[in-house]
Amino acid sequence: MENIIEVHELTKQFGKFTAVNHISFAVRKGEIFGFLGANGAGKTTAMRMLCGLSHPTSGNGQVAGYDINRQPELIKKHIGYMSQKFSLYDDLTITENIRLFAGIYGMKSVEIKEKSTALLTKLEIEKHRNTLVGALPLGWKQKLAFSVAVFHRPKVVFLDEPTGGVDPATRRQFWEMIYEAAEEGITIFVTTHYMDEAEYCNRVSIMVDGEIKALDTPAQLKETYNAPSMDGVFRALAKTAKRGE
Amino acid sequence: MLAAFVKKETLHILRDKRTILIVLLIPIILLVLFGFALSLELKNIDIAIIAEHRTESIRQLAEKIEANPYFTYKRVINSGESDECLRRGDADAIIIFSKDFEKSLQRPTDKPVIEIITDASNPMNSNAAIGYLQSVIAGSISPIAEIHMLYNPQMSSAYTFVPGLMGMIFLLICAMITSISIVREKETGTMQVLLVSPAKPIYIVVAKMIPYCILSCLNLVTVLLLSKYLLHMPVENGWLGVCLISFLYIILSLSLGLLISSIAKNQVMALVLSAVVLLMPIMMLSGMIFPIENMPWLLQEISYIVPAKWYIEAVKKLMIEGLPFRSILTELLVLLGMTLFLVIISLKIFNRKKD
Repeated sequence: MENIIEVHELTKQFGKFTAVNHISFAVRKGEIFGFLGANGAGKTTAMRMLCGLSHPTSGNGQVAGYDINRQPELIKKHIGYMSQKFSLYDDLTITENIRLFAGIYGMKSVEIKEKSTALLTKLEIEKHRNTLVGALPLGWKQKLAFSVAVFHRPKVVFLDEPTGGVDPATRRQFWEMIYEAAEEGITIFVTTHYMDEAEYCNRVSIMVDGEIKALDTPAQLKETYNAPSMDGVFRALAKTAKRGE
Repeated sequence: MLAAFVKKETLHILRDKRTILIVLLIPIILLVLFGFALSLELKNIDIAIIAEHRTESIRQLAEKIEANPYFTYKRVINSGESDECLRRGDADAIIIFSKDFEKSLQRPTDKPVIEIITDASNPMNSNAAIGYLQSVIAGSISPIAEIHMLYNPQMSSAYTFVPGLMGMIFLLICAMITSISIVREKETGTMQVLLVSPAKPIYIVVAKMIPYCILSCLNLVTVLLLSKYLLHMPVENGWLGVCLISFLYIILSLSLGLLISSIAKNQVMALVLSAVVLLMPIMMLSGMIFPIENMPWLLQEISYIVPAKWYIEAVKKLMIEGLPFRSILTELLVLLGMTLFLVIISLKIFNRKKD
């Protein structure tokens, strides 16, 4: 199977501090890849390098077919991103948000119109299309933010703790949307704090102190670390951490 | 792409009714306040006179004082009354003519002896009263010194405040509000989303500046209209020059706002930075309130790097002194240099920060 993300010995140093220490891994096309690690383990820094936001100190790799070091601008065009903080504009309406972000990714306005009508119908918020996003319940916002992140059909979508602060029912619905997107061929790269969500991923990597300490399917990881759940696996690995929060 | 961003920023501004109201009202409120309510000029200074002999020249002077709109001529009092008169507030100033006042007028070798006593519990008022009285007396009695107040013949203080107010208003709106709006996007996380997108950072920033630039130009028009029709400033041909240099100053303030937004981590910090680090020195060191010539050497040197000083100087020349455009070339060049420097620096820092 084709790899959509591939990195070798990727490293990021801030002065003497090595935030990300020679990590190598690959993510397959259409996969739901969980990127786990305690706060300060280097997750965010690694993700920023993959998104073309930050230049690696050393190492190389490619995302969506483009080189991390040389073509960060092209990478940006072919990925989607949703952050832990809610990432739409509260003072713009649903339609305005969709138009803005779709426009940034270079979509034509006819296409935007068609697709946004389809999207709003699917999310059953058709009659709220001119409501300010700030007035929507958090669960709706989160789902909308994800839909906007994959609206331009990116090859990979990066989700940085997308379900923070959302109730369990909405989290379930959110993961259904993630599965749907994966089935359509969009690769999902997701970081999360919830270990039950880690179980939903096809494969999971766990970062400790800037290094990837484990990478496998959830089932395999549980077997290797002899733990009943992903939570047990995570704790077993996190215990070895030397860095404080 | 740029158009989409400008539209987005415009929507942000239009939907934030309170801010837009403040932005558009600030200039009007400040101008009206400084122009009328907070006027530094004195009116109705109560004058009393002490004179033993009421001679012709004293009578003439009293008439002159009475006719002057700044003074209210009270009466002639006895020399023993003077202290009580001032204390009670019956008079703000007392003119005392010596016994041989009339005689001294006849002999040019003697100086006529006039004493002026004022209530100096408010030094500013008392100074102003002395100033007015001196010019009135000098005009009528002593031919030695004739005093002319050029450029601002009515000594109206509203005039002198307009350039300073303009320097403050544009900085306030451009630097403070722009920096807050950029930092707000950092706080809410939308900036991160924009930076991950293929949108060029320069577009994001320029799009932020354009609507505020337009707002500031609107404010410029308001200020100019108010100063012409409300304060009756005698700007003859300087309008174009004022607009040009104001536009430059607006761009400069916008890039200062961008610079602040790269340093500030949250909206509060952006506010404090713009208020304390920018606004205070600009009010203090720009010559808006305190004359730069009276400052200690070091502060005078520092004032050279305060952009508002150059801007206010130039606007003063054009709007109050009525000098031709070429007289502000120095100020124009200095501001142009500062603007280029700030634009380059702030874009550099903005670009570096995203790494």
